[in-house]
Amino acid sequence: MSAFNAIGEEREINRDEFTPEIEPQATWCPGCGDFGVLKALKQAMPEVGRTPEETLLVTGIGCSGKLSSYFKSYGFHSIHGRALPVARAAKMANPDLEVVAAGGDGDGYGIGGNHFMHTARENHDMTYIVFDNEIFGLTKGQTSPTSPKGHKSKTQPHGSAKQPIRPLSLALTSGASYVARTAAVNPNQAKEILTEAMEHDGFAHVDFLTQCPTWNKDAKQYVPYIDVQDSDDYDFDITDRSEASEMMQKAENALYEGEVLTGRFYHDEDRPSYQEEKQATGDMPEEPLAERYFDEDYEWERSYDLLDRHK
Amino acid sequence: MTNDELIWRIAGGSGDGIDSTSQNFAKALMRSGLNVFTHRHYPSRIRGGHTYVEIRAKDEPVKSRGDNYNFLLALGDSFARNPQEEAYYGNEEIKPLTENLDELREGGVIVYDSGLLDASEIENFDERVEENNWHVYDLDLRGLAKEHGREVMRNTAGVGATAALLDMDLQYIEDLMEDAMSGDVLEANLQILEEAYESVNEDYEHTHDLRAPTGTQEEEQVLVSGSHGIAYGSLDEGCRFISGYPMTPWTDVFTIMTQHLPDMGGISEQVEDEIAAASLAIGASHAGAKAMSGSSGGGFALMSEPLGLAEMTETPIVLVESMRAGGSTGMPTKPEQGDLEHVLYTSQGDSNRVVFAPGDAAECYEQTRKAFEIAYEYQIPAIVIYDQKLSGGHQTVPEDVFDEEPNPDIGSVVTEEDLEEAVQEAGRFKRYMYDADGERGGVSPRSLPGQKGGNYLASGNEHNEVGHISEDPDNRVLQMNRRMSKLESIRDELAENADHQTVYGPEDAEYGILSWGSTKGVVEEAVDVLNEQGHSVKAMNVSDMMPFAKDEVTAFLESVDEALVVEMNATAQFRRHVQGQLGRFGEKLYSLLKYDGNPFEPREVVSGFESRIGDDADLSQYNVRIESATGD
Repeated sequence: MSAFNAIGEEREINRDEFTPEIEPQATWCPGCGDFGVLKALKQAMPEVGRTPEETLLVTGIGCSGKLSSYFKSYGFHSIHGRALPVARAAKMANPDLEVVAAGGDGDGYGIGGNHFMHTARENHDMTYIVFDNEIFGLTKGQTSPTSPKGHKSKTQPHGSAKQPIRPLSLALTSGASYVARTAAVNPNQAKEILTEAMEHDGFAHVDFLTQCPTWNKDAKQYVPYIDVQDSDDYDFDITDRSEASEMMQKAENALYEGEVLTGRFYHDEDRPSYQEEKQATGDMPEEPLAERYFDEDYEWERSYDLLDRHK
Repeated sequence: MTNDELIWRIAGGSGDGIDSTSQNFAKALMRSGLNVFTHRHYPSRIRGGHTYVEIRAKDEPVKSRGDNYNFLLALGDSFARNPQEEAYYGNEEIKPLTENLDELREGGVIVYDSGLLDASEIENFDERVEENNWHVYDLDLRGLAKEHGREVMRNTAGVGATAALLDMDLQYIEDLMEDAMSGDVLEANLQILEEAYESVNEDYEHTHDLRAPTGTQEEEQVLVSGSHGIAYGSLDEGCRFISGYPMTPWTDVFTIMTQHLPDMGGISEQVEDEIAAASLAIGASHAGAKAMSGSSGGGFALMSEPLGLAEMTETPIVLVESMRAGGSTGMPTKPEQGDLEHVLYTSQGDSNRVVFAPGDAAECYEQTRKAFEIAYEYQIPAIVIYDQKLSGGHQTVPEDVFDEEPNPDIGSVVTEEDLEEAVQEAGRFKRYMYDADGERGGVSPRSLPGQKGGNYLASGNEHNEVGHISEDPDNRVLQMNRRMSKLESIRDELAENADHQTVYGPEDAEYGILSWGSTKGVVEEAVDVLNEQGHSVKAMNVSDMMPFAKDEVTAFLESVDEALVVEMNATAQFRRHVQGQLGRFGEKLYSLLKYDGNPFEPREVVSGFESRIGDDADLSQYNVRIESATGD
């Protein structure tokens, strides 16, 4: 008998299953964009066909990090910026799990920037949702890596002298095989994009625009948004790297001028995931590592048999 | 001059094959029935720069590098011939001779490569040779190697000359060469080996007395490093996931693991930094694999944050801390025991972890196994701390130390059948269930992602029984108490099931020497010398750092009048730890400290002891310092 019976269980899945039975009091502020991510994720799960128990949601710290409290699945609430390394190893130890990582823009593009770059480069088969509200929320409103140039806060009283991070371009350059941007104010598109991201076999990065009504009052509510796939003004091939790159730059330039371009920007369905690459070189077992500890017939090799080279 | 031990030093430039040559020679000595202990000394440079490996071989057990050495094979530094480098590094070419003379024993033997080294360049060389009764053999090893193969094979010529001068049987060396190479390379090496052997026998009169000791060891032995001990212990515990970032000397254990893991169905990941490395181990363990990571001082500093996360989420992991001389990046290739407090206390809040400090290669194996067992049973991070000396130095260990059954048990993980009966709250599993009566030793039931009925939230924030973030004061106290109580349970288990502390010497001895980690062997050898000289001394080497082996150390210290605490750092970290854990004995403890980048030699411990207890020995010739304890 398998030790992980919840994995691959075929049944009708209801989005309400992803709500803890006694829901912890959500500590997000009224009007927070984070509610939109939670809702979209719950809606996407039945579409993807994954149960709460075969899903592992790994989050960072901050308001975004609390997602794993309000979403019922296996969860791991890690530390600031470290969701990705925890998540990708969990996926390697048990590739049958649906692994989703989530964090904020400070968390994911600041302190966790190095992990972002490398996880994308390796193309782990997982989804990474970044709550992008251009501000540090839970620490009370400091300038974040996506805050616009000139943004004033207690930590940049004269206005930030830094250019904001370009998350879509960064993801693409680093090697992500799926890159999209959606917004909390666009629930239908958000659900569709998260569904597609989870179904994608590789590293899917979703820059999720979430308004912060408390600390970033100046910031737009990301409306009116334009869905690049629905608009006749933007015609590009999402499987073409350079066209995608150009489109991302347009979107990134436009954001701080009030034009919110959302949608799917890049989708490479051909690139093998890291797990596949690693299995192909013989560096990773075909069977999930985690299963092996429950397999009573498995013959464990011992170091005693390696000693010839030391004699 | 006695023939009971050979301490053979091969010196040259980094990158000249000193390490591989010495490995083979050490094995040849082992195969002839001797016990062997090696010591590597190398600079933080890839090519060129003075490096040596010392091999001590004896029929009796060898536990340390010994005092000084008696045979020098000086090869010349082939990478020091670039004039620009010379301007930067000085004349390195001659260093294999000059740098080693101070430690060569009286009556010792020198073989040097006259193809690369010119002894006449050395000031007072002849006078020193005469004064110390050294026996010098100059051989054109480079020329010989060039003639029959390639210049790099001059190592082989040196080994051939060594064998002739020590009256050794060439067969052991030839067998090893046949194992390691083939074809033209093998032929050329064998030819060079034999020619060097014969030419020494024919052309030189042996004026020295030193001969290779006769080996009578019949038990099957293997030549392994402490890093092999740790890697093999991990493999036998079913560890099949390792993540790391290269850093000397941690890289030793990382590369040994990586060499085997893919073929054993495991995963090795070289990642972007040490924060990631420890976080990956946590992720893999959380999902149900036995996982490890590790680093050396500076890299371990980055692991401080994930270490706290592992403790708080109760995710079992094993971390290896391979110490090198600090602070900051310190001396990358030199040993020190300066990270003890770093490892014991780093990380946020009242965090707890298990720390073992093995003292030799066999203990590295045994205690790494124990570290995994405890980590997975008690859901707590465990750290194995050792140093550069033990990491790369090889020693003969009875083969049957490794003849143990694998233990792939994942520890305190529940099954799906258990989960059907398990207490749930709010549709989530009580992963962090209170241990009200303390019956479970502070351990709560653990489910794995993908198990039916086991979903919960693992959080680095304080959390309630199902994992939800909680700042409730009562919950906080209950969860803190439960987590903290694990250490007492582990202490009890270790007292019952593991005896990691080693006591050596006469039980009723008047004085004690206390040490930890890799200084074990050198202290034991010093104890033998001191007792032969009429002192009454015994030693204890402590491995259980956290939870600390309170009862055993207390009993030891109560039984002696005074104890010398020997450790390789400047601030007496271990002595302070002993005092802190036991809350007494300040009046009985004196520290002998060394932190010059070289491991202790037995004579330094002997002199340190005598300067404190006995006849006021002179310590000025050594880089050691005596310090008395303060307070209780």
